[in-house]
Parts: sequence; C-alpha cells; structure tokens
Amino acid sequence: MQSKTQPINTPVKTAGLPQVHEPRNPGMELDMDWVMGAQANTSAIERRVKSLPGRRSVKKDYQAAWMLKAITCIDLTTLSGDDTPGRVRRLCAKARQPVRADILEALGVEGITTGAVCVYHEMVETAVAALEGTGIPVAAVSTGFPAGLSPYHLRVAEIGESVKAGASEIDIVISRRHVLTGNWQALYNEMRDFRAACGDAHVKAILATGELGSLRNVARASLVCMMAGADFIKTSTGKEAVNATLPVSLVMMRAIRDYHARTGFRVGYKPAGGISKAKDAVTYLTLLKDELGDRWLSPDLFRFGASSLLGDLERQLEHHVTGNYSASYRHAIG
Amino acid sequence: MTVKDIFETMDYGPAPESTSEAMAWIAEHDGKFGQFINGDFTPHHDGFESRNPATGDILALVTQASGDDIDAAVTAATKAQKKWARTSGHERAKVLYAIARLLQKHSRLFAVLETMDNGKPIRESRDIDIPLVQQHFYYHAGMAQLMESELPDAEPLGVCGQIIPWNFPLLMLAWKIAPAIATGNTCVLKPAEYTSLTALLFAEICVQAGLPKGVVNIVTGNGAVGEMIVTHEDIDKIAFTGSTAVGRRIREATAGSGKALTLELGGKSPYIVFEDADIDSAVEGLVDAIWFNQGQVCCAGSRLLVQEGIAEEFYAKLKVRMDGLRMGDPLDKCIDIGALVDPVQHATVTDMVARGGAEGEVYHAKCKLPNQGCYYPPTLITGLDSAAYLMQEEIFGPVLVSTTFRTPAEAVQLANNTRYGLAASVWSENVNLALDIAPKLVAGIVWVNATNLFDAAAGFGGVRESGFGREGGWEGLSAYTRPKTASKPLHPIMPVSAPKGAQVTELDRTAKMYIGGKQARPDSGYSTAIWSPKGKLLGHVGQGSRKDIRNAVEAAHAAKGWAKTTGHLRAQILYYIAENLSARGDEFAKRLNEISGKTGGRKEVDATLSRLFTYAAWADKYDGQAHGVPIRGIALAMKEPVGVIGALCPDDAPLLGLISVMAPAIAMGNTCVLAASQAAPLAATDFYQVLDTSDVPAGVVNILTGDHADLAGPLAGHLDVDAVWSFSSTDLSAQIEHASAGNLKRTWVNNARTRDWFGKDGEGREFLQQATEVKNIWVPYGE
Repeated sequence: MQSKTQPINTPVKTAGLPQVHEPRNPGMELDMDWVMGAQANTSAIERRVKSLPGRRSVKKDYQAAWMLKAITCIDLTTLSGDDTPGRVRRLCAKARQPVRADILEALGVEGITTGAVCVYHEMVETAVAALEGTGIPVAAVSTGFPAGLSPYHLRVAEIGESVKAGASEIDIVISRRHVLTGNWQALYNEMRDFRAACGDAHVKAILATGELGSLRNVARASLVCMMAGADFIKTSTGKEAVNATLPVSLVMMRAIRDYHARTGFRVGYKPAGGISKAKDAVTYLTLLKDELGDRWLSPDLFRFGASSLLGDLERQLEHHVTGNYSASYRHAIG
Repeated sequence: MTVKDIFETMDYGPAPESTSEAMAWIAEHDGKFGQFINGDFTPHHDGFESRNPATGDILALVTQASGDDIDAAVTAATKAQKKWARTSGHERAKVLYAIARLLQKHSRLFAVLETMDNGKPIRESRDIDIPLVQQHFYYHAGMAQLMESELPDAEPLGVCGQIIPWNFPLLMLAWKIAPAIATGNTCVLKPAEYTSLTALLFAEICVQAGLPKGVVNIVTGNGAVGEMIVTHEDIDKIAFTGSTAVGRRIREATAGSGKALTLELGGKSPYIVFEDADIDSAVEGLVDAIWFNQGQVCCAGSRLLVQEGIAEEFYAKLKVRMDGLRMGDPLDKCIDIGALVDPVQHATVTDMVARGGAEGEVYHAKCKLPNQGCYYPPTLITGLDSAAYLMQEEIFGPVLVSTTFRTPAEAVQLANNTRYGLAASVWSENVNLALDIAPKLVAGIVWVNATNLFDAAAGFGGVRESGFGREGGWEGLSAYTRPKTASKPLHPIMPVSAPKGAQVTELDRTAKMYIGGKQARPDSGYSTAIWSPKGKLLGHVGQGSRKDIRNAVEAAHAAKGWAKTTGHLRAQILYYIAENLSARGDEFAKRLNEISGKTGGRKEVDATLSRLFTYAAWADKYDGQAHGVPIRGIALAMKEPVGVIGALCPDDAPLLGLISVMAPAIAMGNTCVLAASQAAPLAATDFYQVLDTSDVPAGVVNILTGDHADLAGPLAGHLDVDAVWSFSSTDLSAQIEHASAGNLKRTWVNNARTRDWFGKDGEGREFLQQATEVKNIWVPYGE
C-alpha cells in the first residue's frame, strides 16, 4: 500500500494567483492498486461527521475570525441562464467588498475579499474587467457544465477559450459515466487532457458526487483526478439533486490527505452547493482543520462554492459586533 | 488575541460551558448531602469530599452511610416492594415515563453536574450519557406497560442492592434502576464515592415523578457501604458494575445466600482491523473506542489487532490522529479528552504503563496537556506480544495496546486469548468476513465497523471474567425477574445402605463412567455398591474424583464442534435418543422401579421421552432477535451456547432429572459434564448405552458417578467450565457459588429446593435461557 510513486513531472511555476503558495500538483501515473484499495464505510463516515459539531465549538472573537476566514474562501458564484453583465458586475463588487466597512472596522480587520468569482464562460471577460486590480481571480465553469456530455473536443476547446478570456481558474466537470462504469483509465485520460488544456490556470475537478452512487466511488474518483493533476477537487455543480455534504467532504479530504502523504503535493478542496448557513461553514472549516490541518485553512487550498452563504455570514458578523441579531436588508446584495 | 490574530492562527479558542446552574443546585443543599431513604433526604453526616478531578476543587460533602442507614434503606425498600409489584404495569409505566421526561427537562443540569463530578467531556455527558439515560427510562416505561401481557410467567425478585461505578455515574444508575423498578422491584443503590452527585439529583427527580416512597433509595459512601449491601440479609438481588476483582469478592460473599446476582465487570476488548477495512474510519473508530471517557470504559476497544500488511500504515495514521486530539477542561465544548476521575486512577495508569510499556514501543500523543488536573495523554503501545503484561491486564485509561495478526483465524485466536469477554469490534468491508468473525468472538457485544454503540433495546453484558447477566433489551429483564416456579424444600436423598442379607441374583454388571464417548473406569480405583430398597444388589458405580472431572471437561472441550452444528441436526439427534430410549423403555422402567422400590418407572420413562421431544422441538426454534436500535442497521441478539456446562443432576427423578438437564444443554449446542444422581446413578449409566447408539458425538455428553459433595468443588472450580448447575438433593449451592468465583462462571443452583420434574416447571424457557448467552452483534449498514 505504501507505494513510493514519484510524480511524473516536476512542479511547474504557479499561475500568478496572489494567494497561491504551493507547488502545483503535477499528477502521477494512474495507480490502480491504490485506487481500488480505497474504501469508504458510509455508516462510520456518517457517525464521524454527525458527532463533529458536538466536538468542536468556536465562540466569540474566534467565531468572528472563523467566519471572516470562511468569507475569504468563498467562490462567489452566479451560474444562471439569466446572468447579464450588469448582474455579474454587481457580484464582482460584492466580492471586492463582501462585508460592510463599519463591521470590518469594528472587528479590526481590513482587506477582506472573497476567494474568487465563479461564472459561466460568457461572463468571464466582464468579471475579469470588474475585478481588475483586486487580485481576485475569476473562475469559469467549463467542459459542458453541468452535465459534461457535449462533444469531447468542444469541452477541451471550451477550457482554452475561457483561459484566453482571462479565467485563471477552470472548474471542469468529469464524465460521471466513467466512474459509474468503473472506467478509471478513461477518467484519468480525460482529466489529464483537461489539465493540459488549462495551462497555467488552476483546474478544479467537479466530481458531481451526488451522481456517483457511493462514497467509495467518491474516494476513487478523487484519487484518479488527483493522479491526473487536479489542483482542486470539488464536490458538485450545484445542479445535482444532492450537492456538498459532510460525509462526502470527509471522504474527499481523506483522499487529499492520502495523496499528500504519498506524493507530498497538497490538493485543494471545494465543497459546492447547499452550504448557506454560517454555522455550517464553520463546521466545514473544523472538519478541514481536524482532517487536513491548518495549512488547508486558506483560499489557495480551500473554497466554498456558494451564493447565499455570504449573506448569513454578514448577518452573524454584525450580530457579533452589535450583540443584536441582524436583518438581510442591512447588507448589500451581491 | 485579536480577531485579526485569530484569523491568521485559526485556533479553536475556549468554549466553556457554564457551571452556574449546577453550582446553584449544590449551594441549595449548602454543599452537604444526606441520602435518599424512603422518599426523603436524610441529614448529612460523616462527610467525605466529592471533588472535581479537572481542578481538584471540592464540589460538595457527601455522607458516608452507616449500618443503620443501610438498614433503614433496605427496610423502606422491603416495605415498598409488595405494593409496588402489585401496582399495575400501566401505573409503573407512568412513573418511569415521568422520570424520563424530567431527565430530559433537566438534561443540561445533569450533564454539567456529571462532567464536574467525573471529569468527562461535556460533549459526552451532554450528547451520550444523559440522552442514553433518558432513553433507558423511556424504554423501560414500555417494559412496565407490557410486563403483564408479555411476561405473564415472570415475577420481580424483590429488593435489589445495586452498586455502580464512577465511569458512567448516571447511565449506570439508569441501567440498574430502570429495569428493576419497571418490573416491580425496589432498589437500594450506591453510586461510587467519587461520583455521587447526579444520583442525588436523580433522587429529587424521583420525588417529582411521583415515585412511591421506598421504591428507590440512594445511599452513599465507599466500598464498606457496598459490602454492607452485599451481605444484607433482606436483599434479594445484587447487581454490580465495576472491577473484576470486586466482582469476584461479591460472588464469594453472596455464595449460598440465595441472592440473585448479575455482574458487569472488566474487559480487554479486541478491536480487529482487517486489511480490507476503511482504514481512516477504523482509525477514527479508535477515538470512540479507547479515547471515549478517557478510556475509563469497561468495554473500551483497548486491544488493537491489525492485519500485518497494513499495520505500519495504520499506526502512522493513528499517531497523526492521536496528535490531533484535544485535551483539556472537560467543560470546554471543544475538547475530546477530559480528566481521569481521580489522582488514584492517574497513578494506576501511570504505574501500569511504566511497568509494562517497555515490552513494546510507547507513543504518547503530542497533544497539549493542561498544567494541572488528572490528565493522561492518549497513548499507543505497539509491538506487544500476547503474553505481555499490558496485553492481558485492563488499564482502564487512555492507553491502547496493539499487536498484529496474519489470518482471520489468527485474529480470532488472539482476540479470544483473554480472561475477559465483554465486547469486540471488527472492521472489514467484506460482509462475509465480518459476519463470520463476529460469532466466533468470545464476547457479549460485537460491533461491526463501529464501536461503543449502546441502546436500551440491546442487551449489554459479558462472558468469562467480564461477568454475567445482560442490561437492556428483552434479555435484560431476566436480571430483574424470575419465572413463577413452584418449588418445595428438598431433603437429602441418600443411597440405600447395604442390607444385612444381601440378595445377589444377577451376573455382575459393571457400570462405568462415560467420558469422551467411551466407558471409563474411575481414576480413583474405588467403587460403591448400589442397593435397592428391598436389599437387592443393583450394581456398582465408580467413585468419581477431580481427575475424572478433568478428563470429562477435556472431552467436552474436544467436542466443541457441536456448537457449530445446526439446530436441525441437534433436533434429529435428540429425537433419535428418544427413539432408542423408547425401544428400551420396559427395561428402563423396570430399572427405575427397582431403584425406587416403587412402580413409577413407566411414568418416568414416558415423561423422559416427552422431555427429549420438548428440547428436540426447541433445538431449532429458540430464536434470537433483531433489536430495533436507533441506527441504520440491526443489532442481532444471537443465542449462543454457554460452552461447557457442568451439572449435578437431581436425585429425586434419576432418569428424568438427568435428561431434564442434559437435553436443554445439548439442544442449545453446549457440551456437558453430568454428575448422575448420587442416590440412584444406575439409570444414568444405563443411559449412556442409549447415547452410544444415537449418533451423539463423543464428548458432547459425559456422565460421571460419585459423591456430589466431592464432585461439586472441582467442577465449580474448574477454570475451563463455563457454567455449573446444581439440582442435587445435597445442598451444595454455597460451595458451588463460592468456587465459581475463580473464572466467574455462571451458576444455577437450587438452594435446597426442588421443582416438579414431571410438570411444566421441569422444562422450558428457563432452562433454555440458562443454556444460552445472548450476544448482540451490531451491524450498521449503508452504501
């Protein structure tokens, strides 16, 4: 089990993302022994995550600091058919200033932005322009998002188009059918092609865990995507019936931990969809801290894919500052 | 630390639970507690300190009970018992329900008080202990409601003396009191001296719930108080949870007293990880196995057995996980491990690791320890052999010991290589493997891909030196009820003395003993003549001795494959025994008439045939249960044979008595060593010829003859016998119960009373229950 697999190429220089400090995961050859040896016992995993909120509690100033951290890890997202440049510019403005200035001042912090803005390809140029000079990266969902069933060459080409348009992060969707039919080699090849197409842009592999059938498949798909060079693994498109959950997150984090233990490369994690409460966000961060360690508590290795989470975090921060429960209309919409 | 600083470090920070309500409750009592006797709190006297082990602070002064206090409590319980037992099940159910509701309403107060008194993390008292306590009273409210309809043949035992430990103070109280009062008993309960406070708070709840005076009495104090309870003449049952050493002393102290006894003792429970397990989940499981309640858990998975090929990886992951555990103030909502209960316990754990740690490699978790208080770091000791001191002895602290195995068979062998038999965990993603291993483990509870799951609906309790009796589930009710069996005093029935003018009419026939399927001469080389009341020499039988017992027990163990046969096969063999006995019915009837000098021989043969049919019928019908536990999964309560049962057979029905003992034992898969009626052994020695012709495998039934008083000691003292029954007309109850303390085997003795062997009390569920252990196998599932 303890294979000493070496990465097949050396780390390349990172894309110019301000918050990236890690050598990129170069990937490795597909190690089927490792993939097939991965297990995930659903009941045990559910027990672990169920007891977590009772085991970890963050209070007062600590809670405020953790909520601010959560904000800096949000990929502020709009992925709607009715997105317009105006809507995207408003979102970008919110990403630049996600919390009211007086609240930040009361907390004694400054320079808080979201981790990124995440949009469809058509909105990339607008977002890049709106965020110019902020250092906030623009992420584009790609490869026939959300189903990933458009012609293969077009999916690969879509990545190139978004990179050309200025996206520095690409959220690709994997072909779920490769997982469901156990065609791990095909999944590996696809992911390698996508990674290559990204060039210097970071690639997040969306597993669409709600469609993979089992946690064991989630564990195996996570490993295959990391072996093929994913910079991040991400749970969901937000369009599946079940999106990010704590059990799925535990499985993916453990896969990331194993991958780091064997290769020395840190891969990032992005739960997406369904996380809308400040309390839930803090629970995710505690899971991350306990399973992967403090190093991952940073936007270069962790993101929330979320749209409504920010609103709740703002309200809770205002509550922390004033002692009174807040109202949503007191905070700017994004 | 400013918000800005914390944003960088991302520390957890303190998250303390407030103690103000709990302190206010203590202050209401001026920090001094009396006891709860006959529905009232007595004045405080002879106080001892109850301390918070995390800080060393004195919480309150508690009373050291006097002999008069115990008498008063037992008198109150005795007075209350008959009326409480006559109270309708529904009325009792209403009271238990009210207790459950009140526990729920005051749940945080109980949790905080428990943590302050015991040192366990507030997370555990709040999320595990107290909810389980509530659940236990709700569940047993239901048992009170159903008792009349579902257990019409059961009656309460009377006054129960209950002595509980400090590791789960309120939960152990619930496990003792809820089933006792649900079934119409009354209680005198003593909490551990370190942790009396939640029991006293519980007493207040009893008043509010409308529990009649005297039904529950709480007395406090040290082991001397426990001893007064154990030896009190007017107590009918002792229930004890605690160390094996004390349990053994209680067994000896109650021997022959007629008190019912259940013991829930120590353990060294194996935690088996196969190479196909979900390794990360198995590592995480250990946090709940051995670092739950600081490892002060009788069923803690304290003996890690890892398949060799994954051991290195497993230990590496485990050490990382250990380093991430957070130790500290038990009232902090963000810690995993609190304080050991007392400096004495801390010293014991420290000394044990100092003594035995060098036999392996000791790893202490690199987590931060508080500067003061009884904290011991999570510890892993690898590379121990099965002979190592720490592999054998219970540490009762946060110390995990480990070794490796190669094959499933070796895992079972290592797992069972212990004097204990409480619990076990099996981790494998292969359902065939897990469900094959679970029944092979000598334990009362097996968790598959899980650990330390508890519920009121599933019995808890062990085998071997982990004690006997179950708490929880239907099986737990037998600890607080007995069958309504009619019994009458039994007078010694002695062999007929040699007559003056002996009649010797027939060719000498030598009755031998029957060991391992062969006729065996007595090791002693002595024989005894057996005479009929009319002065006829009926034959000679060997004088059995300890050597014959040794040989018979060895033969019984060699026949252990019998336990793995199907119920259907055992039924077929019991029917076949009946068929062959029937064919020789006239001969047996004649023999019985000669033995007794009366004419009831035919009737006894016919009753014996019916009895064989009864247990042939039961052999494949005494089903286990699938308990409805609150997980996605099942808890299978499997009925397993006890093992080797030694029995002194009745003298008042030489053939029927022998079969009444043998048939339920072998029907359930046990093997047995039977001491034939001392007064009339020849029916038994004739009977082994029937066994010989009925396909009974060698060693399943072994028959000895001789003096019951000589055989009882070696049989009850034999460390490889799992249960001893006595129906002898010589009252050997005290001797047997006393000698059984060696390996804490189960005993079933008649206390000089007998039952009607020809009637319904001579057979049935009571015998089957005595012939089986209930093993609860928890199987969570889900893909």
